[in-house]
Amino acid sequence: MSDRIGFLLNGAPVRLPAGTSPTMTLLDWLRGQASLTGTKEGCAEGDCGACTVVLEAADGSRAPINACLAMLGQMHGRAIRTVEGLRQPGLGPHPVQHRLAEADATQCGFCTPGIVMAAWAHTREGGDPHEALAGNLCRCTGYRPILDALTGMADDGAPPPVLPPPEAACFTAEGQVFHRPASLAELLRLRAAHPAALLLAGGTDLGLLASEHRQRPPAIIALDAVPELQACAEDAAGLTIGAALPYARLLPLLTGGLAPFAALLRRLGSRQIRSLGTLGGNLGTASPIGDALPALLALGARLHLASVRGEREMPVEDFLAGYRRTALAPEEVIRAIRLPRPAAGEVLACEKLSKRHDQDIAAVSGAFLLRVEDGRIASVRLAFGGMGPMAARARAAEAALTGASLAPAAFEAAAAALAQDVAPLSDARGSAGYRLAAAQGLLRRLYWRLARPDLPLEVQAL
Amino acid sequence: MNAPGGGPARGMGAALRQDSALKHATGEARFLDDLPEPPGLLHAALALSPIAHGRLLALDPGPALALPGVVAVLRPGDIPGRNDIAAAGSNEPLLAEGMVLHAGQPLAIVVGATRDAALAGAAALRPEIAPLLAILSLEEAIAREAWVLPPQEIRRGDAAAALAAAPHRCHGEFRVGGQEHFYLEGQIALALPGEDGEMTIQSSTQHPTEVQHIAARVLGCPFNRITVATRRMGGGFGGKESNASWVAAAAALAARATGRPVKLRLPRKADMAATGKRHPFLYRWQAGFAEDGRILALEAVLAADAGHSLDLTAGVIFRAITHALGCCDVPDVALRALACRTNTVSNTAFRGFGGPQGALLIEDVVHRVAAARGLPPEDVRARNFAGGGNGAETPYGQALEGALIRRVWAEARRDAGWDEKRREIAAFNAAHPTLRRGLGSMVLAFGISFGQMHMNQAGALVHVYTDGSIRLNHGGTEMGQGLFIKVAQVVASVFGVDVGRIAVSATSTAEVPNTSPTAASTGSDLNGWAAHAAASAIRARMAAVAAAEWGVPVEAVAFAEGQVTAGGNRAMEFGALAQLAYMQRVSLSATGFYRTPDIHWDRATMRGEPFFYFSYGAAVAEVAVDLLTGEHRCLAAHLVQDCGRSLNPAVDLGQVEGAFVQGLGWLTCEELWWDAAGRLRTLGPSTYKIPGSREVPPVLRVRLLEGAPARSETIFRSKAVGEPPLLLATAVWNALKDAIGTDHLDAPATPERVLRAIRGG
Repeated sequence: MSDRIGFLLNGAPVRLPAGTSPTMTLLDWLRGQASLTGTKEGCAEGDCGACTVVLEAADGSRAPINACLAMLGQMHGRAIRTVEGLRQPGLGPHPVQHRLAEADATQCGFCTPGIVMAAWAHTREGGDPHEALAGNLCRCTGYRPILDALTGMADDGAPPPVLPPPEAACFTAEGQVFHRPASLAELLRLRAAHPAALLLAGGTDLGLLASEHRQRPPAIIALDAVPELQACAEDAAGLTIGAALPYARLLPLLTGGLAPFAALLRRLGSRQIRSLGTLGGNLGTASPIGDALPALLALGARLHLASVRGEREMPVEDFLAGYRRTALAPEEVIRAIRLPRPAAGEVLACEKLSKRHDQDIAAVSGAFLLRVEDGRIASVRLAFGGMGPMAARARAAEAALTGASLAPAAFEAAAAALAQDVAPLSDARGSAGYRLAAAQGLLRRLYWRLARPDLPLEVQAL
Repeated sequence: MNAPGGGPARGMGAALRQDSALKHATGEARFLDDLPEPPGLLHAALALSPIAHGRLLALDPGPALALPGVVAVLRPGDIPGRNDIAAAGSNEPLLAEGMVLHAGQPLAIVVGATRDAALAGAAALRPEIAPLLAILSLEEAIAREAWVLPPQEIRRGDAAAALAAAPHRCHGEFRVGGQEHFYLEGQIALALPGEDGEMTIQSSTQHPTEVQHIAARVLGCPFNRITVATRRMGGGFGGKESNASWVAAAAALAARATGRPVKLRLPRKADMAATGKRHPFLYRWQAGFAEDGRILALEAVLAADAGHSLDLTAGVIFRAITHALGCCDVPDVALRALACRTNTVSNTAFRGFGGPQGALLIEDVVHRVAAARGLPPEDVRARNFAGGGNGAETPYGQALEGALIRRVWAEARRDAGWDEKRREIAAFNAAHPTLRRGLGSMVLAFGISFGQMHMNQAGALVHVYTDGSIRLNHGGTEMGQGLFIKVAQVVASVFGVDVGRIAVSATSTAEVPNTSPTAASTGSDLNGWAAHAAASAIRARMAAVAAAEWGVPVEAVAFAEGQVTAGGNRAMEFGALAQLAYMQRVSLSATGFYRTPDIHWDRATMRGEPFFYFSYGAAVAEVAVDLLTGEHRCLAAHLVQDCGRSLNPAVDLGQVEGAFVQGLGWLTCEELWWDAAGRLRTLGPSTYKIPGSREVPPVLRVRLLEGAPARSETIFRSKAVGEPPLLLATAVWNALKDAIGTDHLDAPATPERVLRAIRGG
């Protein structure tokens, strides 16, 4: 078992001295001990992207992450590339760096290294350029030249790193212990022995403790090296998703009837967040506005909870117990999420309302699963986030729709009934009145989705 | 470096890249926090008030001092000079003394061996504050006549009589929110104490001279003890004008108290809680107008939320009322600007400096008059354009160029294919059950010069070395806007050399003293001329040396393409002439100075010609709105911006696009939200949403107005570009109103406000 944190940094192996705090952020370490100041701190909360670095995986994929949210212990066994590491000895700046400079895509330049790294990952990962940039804020350029630069970039074909298989590790520092089990059995033993330890999945929420709040949590159990929690099994009826599988690895599997869920998850945070963030983490924090939760509720997802005493299963609905409270017992972990695919004839719609389309926390989110037969709504499950202390089903609105004919009146009735289902708050993301009115609007939009599937129904679709 | 379109990169008008662009991309460009740390460095953190208004009864340093690594807790009594950081007025404390005036106000500076120790110490302090009733809204401030300075008024004619006599009248009330600068690099300063009371300060500031003055005031020392340097900022936008000064002064105070170097880097949340923002405004007006939409009379109150202190509010409301008619003429007007005192953070400069807020007034009037008459707002605006058959003079007595106003509008309208777009949108809206598209426009006139007349001056220092390399220093600061490359282009042009021969050094109070802030879009106008003067002085001396050497008249000596020539048969490399001048004991160093000519302002009568010239621009924006949720999106924007004869089209284009998107954020997605206790709760990018790449319209066409050199004697007939195009985003606000079919929409037009407007709230 390793007791010192080690990783590849820009291709070279690094072993940190014993006693290094395993919860020190990667960003602090890069800018401090490593004297690599190209990576910037803009916000220390994982939203601006100035600290973007890239994890290079053995399969050649490139995962941009926010170095501000990543703890050193999490980096063990990984390959990290920073903006300094793109410059090849003797070759000068990387083509991605040249391209951004030549496109006038930098003004003040503070966000630029993070954008360089997001772009370098994008040259391999591909996809929507806006999605590639969603985790990187620029306050100067207005983005147009950055988007232009992105379109002119090519994969450099750099080979993937050779990485060791995940190994068990335990890092200690003054007043701190960081367990990194490498099997489920070991995880469960540790969990039973340390019920007060924090479970660290992707750390995109927990990382704020170290990054923004400057705390040193005394005990952490990291989940990222447990193979059972990284697995995903697929069968005809659905997916069994390891609780610590990052969203980025889950997304390609959400196809067919689950495509609307995938589209929603592409708005969860940014690529930087989805590189590390997990469904298990979203469930474990049980935020009332967890992006994934309404969809899990609408789809009737079930959880496999494991402990040294065995395993139990429960619907997500029973798992969510209140504001940031769950039914997870102190010695338990979420092992997997069983996500049924919509059955034939069922339609899934996922909604998220926020001030900004990308990388924003929802004011209101919703997920709706319906089956329409012979012009009537045969079955319906409606779930909302941001409308009360926890994500929850809207039973009165469901009742108003069940059995009704597919017509605007039924959705008006459901919208009226929704007021009984929810108790929204007023906060920085929206007033209670807006949240209710907008959620009602989502039910009206649901009618049009079913009645006019040919129409673009979102401003983003124009 | 080569200019696009071929040809050697050199002087004026070349689209040269920002001088640090490649260094930004490789991570080699050093921002202040990237510099190697001096030995013995300590770190500072601020303890901020959790209460909006109250009496500060006690602040026990004990809990902080008990923590490991905490070195000192500094309170007002530890200030050797004055506890006053006022940029323009007086009695604005660095650290609250007696009274707490806003949530987020600095109470104490905690110094620690590490940044974490300092932050932990600041968090451990428990100030005792007896709460007092806080003024948290503009309405309350107006009702209580709580001002930070007396109201300013601009009047022309008899507005009341003209209103009474007008065939039609209407009135309006609306508001626009503030805006956080969200420079990506937060506020930071590093202070190094030296001998004889010297203090060297590295600061991320737009105004090194003000940092020098404020630090000297706080430390109680002459200005010559303080040296302030700034290489680059990671964004400024006005937020590092007065606010950078007190951050640096706090670092200097800690350095003086401990005798060691001290760095103060604000965490993002502290930065957003403790530093000022764009002023929110509340507007109330009534207008009289004719059948054809000609506005005859306007009485308006523009109330700015200054926050708890004056800061730069006098300038902000001056610019708001001088820009409240935009590009329009109204014969009889009474404009009154209120500078309201509230218990919120003291609002400050932000790109446009009140101009964007001012311009919203006439846009609101135009749209409501248009709605009342059933006319397109564009027709009503054009009916009221200054010049042509209407008056060309602003109510304060300066002439607008009516021909340019009409030209930029005609070009933007043509670029957008206005009439065809209108038909397309009408067809879409008739067919779609839940989405509505809309079209809006904006035409701007923005006055260039500092409102404070004395600030319209600049200095520069140029050295030519004996190998022909050139070092340039001036009072302007680089925050990404491309000032360094533009001024270097000016100097390259004077010497007839490639811009690569010029090294621009960090802005420093030790090299060029008594400078103005890099603000009000004046950076290249002022510093360009100053550098031109310095370079021209050296060139004249060098020309004399060459003339003597060759026995030709000095007028025959030309500087071009790195060579100095006379006639067809005399030539010398620029560096060779520099060496020759040195050997002949001729100085190759010169300062340059510039003061903007011809501007004047009478505060008593509120009349004058305060601006050297106006910059013009026009925009058309198309949006889509979801009637069910209030979600919206800008689909297209066509912008035409007057930059005179552009010094650097690549840089100017970047300024236009960036300003437009920043304005789009101000008017749509960026919302500052305070709780009932007056605490700002949008304290980071997770809650405060600046535009992301998807907010940029998929169709964004930007043109610099062609063939329109400045009429005033500007540097190479160019025009300033930093602020004016921010106003172009007003077209998006207008387009949203068009899509919804309303003439009343408060800003920022978040989905919530749009849905409220749709539902008639």
